[in-house]
Amino acid sequence: MSHPSLARGPAVVLTDGEWHRLHPATPLLRGGIVLVAILFFVLNTEKDNLLQLFLPAPGGGRGDGGGRGDSDAGDPVAYVVGHGFIGLALAGIALLILILLAIFYASWRMNTFRVTDETVEVRSGIVFRSNRRARLDRIQGINIQRSLFARVFGAAKLEINQAGHDANVPLAYLGSAAAEDVRREILRRASGARESAPERPGGAGGVGLVEQRLHEFLAAPLGEGQVAPHSVVTMRLGRLIGSALLSGFTLFLAAVVAAVVISIATTGQYFLLIVFFPTLLGSFSFYSRRVVKSLRYSIAATPDGIRVGWGLLATSNETLPPGRIHSIRLSQPLLWRPFGWWEVKINRASHSSTKGADGQANTTILPVGSALDVSRVLGLILPELVGLPAVDAALATSPRRASPVPVSLEKGETGDARALAAEKPERAVAESRTALSLIEAGMTSSGGDGGFTTSPRRAQWIRWFSWRRNGFRTAPGSILLRKGAIWRQLVVVPLPRVQSVSIRQGPLLRRLRLAAIDLHTVQGPITAQIGALDAGDARVFFESASHDAVVAARADRTHRWFDQQAAGLPWAPPTSDQRLPDPSREEHP
Amino acid sequence: MTDRLDLPDASWTRVSPKYKWPEMGSYLLSGLVVAALSAFTWFSGQWWGFAITAAILVITGFVVGFTPRRVRAIGYQLREDDLLVRRGILFLRFVAVPYGRMQLIDVNRGPIVRALGLSDLKFVTAAASSAVTIPGVPVDDAERLRDRLVELAESRRAGL
Repeated sequence: MSHPSLARGPAVVLTDGEWHRLHPATPLLRGGIVLVAILFFVLNTEKDNLLQLFLPAPGGGRGDGGGRGDSDAGDPVAYVVGHGFIGLALAGIALLILILLAIFYASWRMNTFRVTDETVEVRSGIVFRSNRRARLDRIQGINIQRSLFARVFGAAKLEINQAGHDANVPLAYLGSAAAEDVRREILRRASGARESAPERPGGAGGVGLVEQRLHEFLAAPLGEGQVAPHSVVTMRLGRLIGSALLSGFTLFLAAVVAAVVISIATTGQYFLLIVFFPTLLGSFSFYSRRVVKSLRYSIAATPDGIRVGWGLLATSNETLPPGRIHSIRLSQPLLWRPFGWWEVKINRASHSSTKGADGQANTTILPVGSALDVSRVLGLILPELVGLPAVDAALATSPRRASPVPVSLEKGETGDARALAAEKPERAVAESRTALSLIEAGMTSSGGDGGFTTSPRRAQWIRWFSWRRNGFRTAPGSILLRKGAIWRQLVVVPLPRVQSVSIRQGPLLRRLRLAAIDLHTVQGPITAQIGALDAGDARVFFESASHDAVVAARADRTHRWFDQQAAGLPWAPPTSDQRLPDPSREEHP
Repeated sequence: MTDRLDLPDASWTRVSPKYKWPEMGSYLLSGLVVAALSAFTWFSGQWWGFAITAAILVITGFVVGFTPRRVRAIGYQLREDDLLVRRGILFLRFVAVPYGRMQLIDVNRGPIVRALGLSDLKFVTAAASSAVTIPGVPVDDAERLRDRLVELAESRRAGL
């Protein structure tokens, strides 16, 4: 093994395929925080004893000779002080700290990583060595987290998320700027883009260390890329607080308050208040966490997928490459409806260790937003449905709507929206409106509006209010499931991500000549299923969805997302016989 | 029962009819165990204690009686791009799994199933809810089917 260099330089050095060490402050950041906390705790709890140690005990105080031995029998510090073992105790503590520091240092020495063209590899552990290697084209997302303490030191934790449980590759810690560089470089290699990304303009030359730190500290959680990504959604404080207050949790809290009030009024006993106050405190922390976490929420497009940033003090921002989102749900709780707010959640194959807005897994992609915000976010995460390529698709399919395979676009038939936008801007605008209205219609419409196939009238026995709204439709590259009249939701499943499709019918559904459809995707908060469809419609849907999923998966090239752009096809997937030669692609189970 | 869901142009390969024996056996056994546990309610001396046990026995009888039909209803079909599996009479379920989506294929053999010369096949995709199994396939067919499906999955390998 050659001498690993320190992870301070630019990424060109860090990603050269050699072994490197992490940021030199890593031992301090990982273990130092704990040590400082312990020290602080000890000082805080034992400050009386410390005062007594250096100051003469106040007359008539608690420590008067013989009484001390009995009253402070359980206090080790008092015991040590009382028996004159101070020197020994201090030496012991110093030794312990030294040993800990040595362990942390050794752990840092042994923790090395390298980034090659195909993989990222991490070696760690002193006694139990571990070596983890991850393929770059299987990356599900790269997260950069900066805790408050790490931000002070200008360090960041890079986490490469892979599909599966406990399958992440953490690099803790790297220099803040180096982490950004490493992420960009890894994503560039993963994307299959051939040419190297342009160098970062001018490093920290001439700028003082403190100023640079300050700049990093104040920078938005999106991170400091070479081109600062522009967030398409701005989070408003009022909306954020309003959405937290109007959540289902508030209803629960109101029910608890009502129960407490009723119980006090009827029984005259106040004991329930004891239970109630912790709940109240807990709810306060729930609200504040939700608001603080989402306060500096941002979402932006980068060349390597979308980037979502969170957090006020401890920040995290994650880049999700294209094709890593397995299903999307737009939902509107009842209380949000007067304000027209929506929430967007996603299913994803990886499990990031950072928590989302509610302290759950990071599956929320828009905590709250207006319909406009939702369409902007969807434009980023589903460009083939609402973005410019959607116009391409609309152009390609409009002359031949009765095509047997409406989803797959063949190369020659793909319209070019950009060319159209240059020639006939008004038509391009109209086409993109149609594509956008697809989602907007799905959010609020009911009945056959927006091209949805809905449940028949007889389904009202099991869908009392929503039978008119309960429906599905296929769109370019996706399937839309529209559900719920009271708690509205729209589930969008990208066809290339569908793992399998099932149709089922129990005795009740059979009596009503209905059937239910499940689109299976990776596990997450969203279950893409729709019940109470006409049995005939459901069967046709099952056949077409299972066929379209195969076609879409075959055409999908998102695991090397820049290869297709190199071929001059903006997102439009090539069909199987037009596969681009890709020597780096491994065919293995 | 005339409006049963069915896929028109599907020619199903059925699983071995012998598979009904282990199925009936396991249902009978679990039904009897539950019935035996419910016998403790007899000590209460109330009439409903006996009624519960009787109900459990009747339900067990129905389930066991319908098992041959349920086993006959299990079928699979290798279509051009996906594997289609059907199960159930009362709760009917069809699943279509594209070959490229199969992450792994298990062949399981319990002692009773093995004594009858059968195997259970289980398919795993990235989605836990896919839950596709074909029980009661004769050993040779199971091996052949597994190899064929692995081959198909290799040739149509897709990402996640």
